[in-house]
Amino acid sequence: MSSYLSARELAAGVRAGEWSAASSLEEYLGAIDESDGEVHAFNVVTADDARATAAAIDEAVAAGRDPGPLAGVPVALKDNLCTHGVATTCSSLILEGWVPPYDATVVSRLREAGALIVGKTNLDEFAMAGSTENSAFGPTRNPHDTTRVPGGSSGGSAASVAAGFTPLALGSDTGGSIRQPAALCGVVGMKPTYGRVSRYGLVAFASSLDQIGPFARTVDDAALLFEVIAGRDPLDATSIPEPVPAVSEQLDRGVEGLRVGVVGELMGEGIAPDVAARVHEASEALRAAGAKVEDASVPASIFGLSAYYLIAPAEASSNLARFDGVRYGLRVDAPNTNDMMVATRTQGFGAEVKRRIMLGTYALSAGYYDAYYGKAQKVRTLIIRDFAAAYDRFDVLLSPTSPTTAFPLGDKTADPMAMYMNDVCTIPSNLSGDPAISVPYGTGDDGLPVGVQVLAPALGEEVMFRVAATLEASVS
Amino acid sequence: MARLARLELADDELDMFTGQLAAVLDHAADVEALDLGDVPPTSHPYPLKNVLRPDVVSATVDTAEVLGAAPKVEDGRFRVPAIVGEAP
Amino acid sequence: MSEWETVIGLEVHAELATETKMFSGAPNKFGSEPNTNVDPVSLGLPGSLPVLNEKAVELAIRLGIALNCDIRPSVFSRKNYFYPDMPKDYQVSQYDEPINIDGFLELPDGTRIGIERAHLEEDTGKSTHVGGDGRITGAQYSLVDYNRAGVPLLEIVSRPDLRSAADARAYVAELRAILVAAEVSDGKMEEGSLRVDANVSVRRSPDDPFGTRCEIKNLNSLRSLGRAIEYEANRQIDLLEAGESVRQETRHWDENDGRTHTMRVKEEADDYRYFPEPDLVPLDPDREWIEQIRAAMPVLPAERRTRLAAAAGVELPHDGVTLVVERGQDEQALAAVNAGGDPARVLVHIEQNLAGDGGADLAPGRLAALVALETGGTLTPTQAKEVLAEMLTSDAAPEEIAAAKGFEAMDTGDLTALVDGIIDGHPDEWAQLAEAHAADDQKKLKKLSGFFTGQVMRQSQGKANGKLVADRIQERLQT
Repeated sequence: MSSYLSARELAAGVRAGEWSAASSLEEYLGAIDESDGEVHAFNVVTADDARATAAAIDEAVAAGRDPGPLAGVPVALKDNLCTHGVATTCSSLILEGWVPPYDATVVSRLREAGALIVGKTNLDEFAMAGSTENSAFGPTRNPHDTTRVPGGSSGGSAASVAAGFTPLALGSDTGGSIRQPAALCGVVGMKPTYGRVSRYGLVAFASSLDQIGPFARTVDDAALLFEVIAGRDPLDATSIPEPVPAVSEQLDRGVEGLRVGVVGELMGEGIAPDVAARVHEASEALRAAGAKVEDASVPASIFGLSAYYLIAPAEASSNLARFDGVRYGLRVDAPNTNDMMVATRTQGFGAEVKRRIMLGTYALSAGYYDAYYGKAQKVRTLIIRDFAAAYDRFDVLLSPTSPTTAFPLGDKTADPMAMYMNDVCTIPSNLSGDPAISVPYGTGDDGLPVGVQVLAPALGEEVMFRVAATLEASVS
Repeated sequence: MARLARLELADDELDMFTGQLAAVLDHAADVEALDLGDVPPTSHPYPLKNVLRPDVVSATVDTAEVLGAAPKVEDGRFRVPAIVGEAP
Repeated sequence: MSEWETVIGLEVHAELATETKMFSGAPNKFGSEPNTNVDPVSLGLPGSLPVLNEKAVELAIRLGIALNCDIRPSVFSRKNYFYPDMPKDYQVSQYDEPINIDGFLELPDGTRIGIERAHLEEDTGKSTHVGGDGRITGAQYSLVDYNRAGVPLLEIVSRPDLRSAADARAYVAELRAILVAAEVSDGKMEEGSLRVDANVSVRRSPDDPFGTRCEIKNLNSLRSLGRAIEYEANRQIDLLEAGESVRQETRHWDENDGRTHTMRVKEEADDYRYFPEPDLVPLDPDREWIEQIRAAMPVLPAERRTRLAAAAGVELPHDGVTLVVERGQDEQALAAVNAGGDPARVLVHIEQNLAGDGGADLAPGRLAALVALETGGTLTPTQAKEVLAEMLTSDAAPEEIAAAKGFEAMDTGDLTALVDGIIDGHPDEWAQLAEAHAADDQKKLKKLSGFFTGQVMRQSQGKANGKLVADRIQERLQT
């Protein structure tokens, strides 16, 4: 049964002609058919397109051509990644009916690598929030316990991998939106260095923080997907020109001699004891594998949440201005254009999006820029400096991914501040631009998955993946 | 603020938002209190400069496809209700 | 009544002569079918990202060099406001860190006008208003075309150094000449490639602080620029003299009624929430690139005027020289002079007779040949003009055209006889002329010799060569 195979094994079999892309696809589509009614990972399943692609891949193999490293591997895409010909909604009413006339760069790269795009996954509207409850199309549920949230905002992608609907998925991470749901759903989720992966075609939330990254069941599969999507893109001015390391080839090198720091500021108040305990166990496992483990400090990280909730809404308030009813998506009629824009935006955006637009508009407004946005950008400098100082002493840092395991649906929807606190461990690396990965590490007292976060300096994906692979091997 | 953001908030929404925004800004007060006089701001986490593209025409999108996705079109253009006031 | 001083600062938007838009590869082309020169970036589609056009930066640097600016590291910002012709509802523009600052432009008369900044920004789309009289006010609805959205612009902001409508016109004409010469923009005001906003205020004395200014928009030609400034200055003076005050506002120039009208009053809601554009990285052109661009700079109008004036033997400022350079026909003039043409006549012909279609294409050698016929006495100026007109549509040599038209120099003997006959027929006038000659009364001399030349021209039906006529008159006076 191919759904127990890793993506790498699945692709290898398809490329070798051992099994067909078409038949393995049917097993995944069957799983979606059977269980997605309850989980609601997908906004749309593009079964026919995926079948057509699978057939083409099988033909290519039969003709002796190599369809690429992801040949025949089903992949789910967060529904804020543009797909030519397939509706892209950001789980918002305001994009009602919009079908992009172009593919995101990551989508093109997946197609070139032979992947099968099976659908678009649910998210918190415009990737804002951390539970996938703030979707215009209803919440996604955690496959481990459907009374609980999958985390978010990439909850649909995390749930798709956790439920076995797809071996791989892509999400976007602005303040933890890949890593936190990965932790809550018990899968691997990774945010690359800012600029490693092109943002072209990712509907922007906060441009200086957004990164696209992989979800997978294993660290090796996450590395495989990372290698396919990463690398300079001439269509994204912020994409970095450095070559992408072959991280997969280094996964077995172990952690002997590596210096690992456990971030004190991210282990204290607000972190559930069972979660903190798993992080300690993880650090012990690394020590046992030959790493040198010590306590680390990133003092400015305690200001991360405050800075983030000024910068991200500020950028979002500008990025979301274009949803005005003129060119695409929803329009609510009114006698003049100004009123039409107001009516459209008022009806089209959900409460969380409006809240952030208001907050961001405020943070950028004339009298407040210096006190809020300007200051937050300076805090960002402090956080970068403190991380740099920590990386003078350590190769990687360790922390929880999420302060708690998956919480019940509806638990935090009324209290934005409580919801925002979910991101306390993940936000600092968005502000610094550094890569970070969440690896499943046992369960909490409630039996639900816990994720441990490995943080690395900019462009440090190789060592980050190595540590993640060692952690993964030490669990079972 | 709502007018600037082209949003209209009902009274109860306004009350709720005001409270919630106050809570967030309250939390941001620790940032506000920091003395950061000598610290330069960071707008890009990964420092790059002079990223340029050559002046070469690339593919355009299909006009029919784009207009097909629009709420209202006329004569190959996007139709909007009366515009109040000239652009600034 | 006291003398009022008008104070003018201009903001000129110039569309850059690139192949593609500022931030994407969609064509930068005027006059296409609506919404065809568009891609995800110029439509502001969700997920699209800007990447800066290298050529636009090069052209900005070129203008910076031409306007003697300090070329600086720069940053793009977002100017946030909602408007249907703006695809993203924010405009990407250089705000507090522009590429060019602190330059100057020298008018042909030598006056220096300060340039505060010349920065890069993107253009908006274009709205057509349906219903009413086609204006935005009173229209039923509007139609938006995004072909122009994202076209690269330089916004060139002068200091408030201009003091008259004529100066303002001269400034824009000179700026346009520079933009065209440096190949930064095609400078076509009629296609909107060059758009001018004027900030106008008045004050009683140059020692007073600046008055409250109004910004005037919709100035689509040099003529409207001049008229609008004059109207607006008078409007403000009338207000102030009536004891009222000028309100700071944006006003719209109406070409039809020749007035400016209130467009919008500066509102508190104008909060553009500028912040650094996170999708673009800082621009910091290295010195080597700037020097390369400087080395490849074409010769600019000021230097071309100096060169042409020297060749033509005239003093600057000289309207003919200014005009010929502005029209880009100075190379043609210099080449014709090099080919042996009399400099003064070459300049006159290019200025007056080669301004129209095809005039700039006339080979300098042919122009020189024509001028030689003229100065050699074969053709009168009137005949030369007629032959020149035909040379634009014919490849025949000027001699052949002249011959075909029957333009032949009068036989010297015939000419002498004609002049003498006229002198003898007007003894009173001749006596006066001789008297003026003896008294060295230049004014009278000129007037009276003009009378005799005119008579000769009339009787010869324009065939007589003016120079030979003058020579014969001189000869007679000496005897």
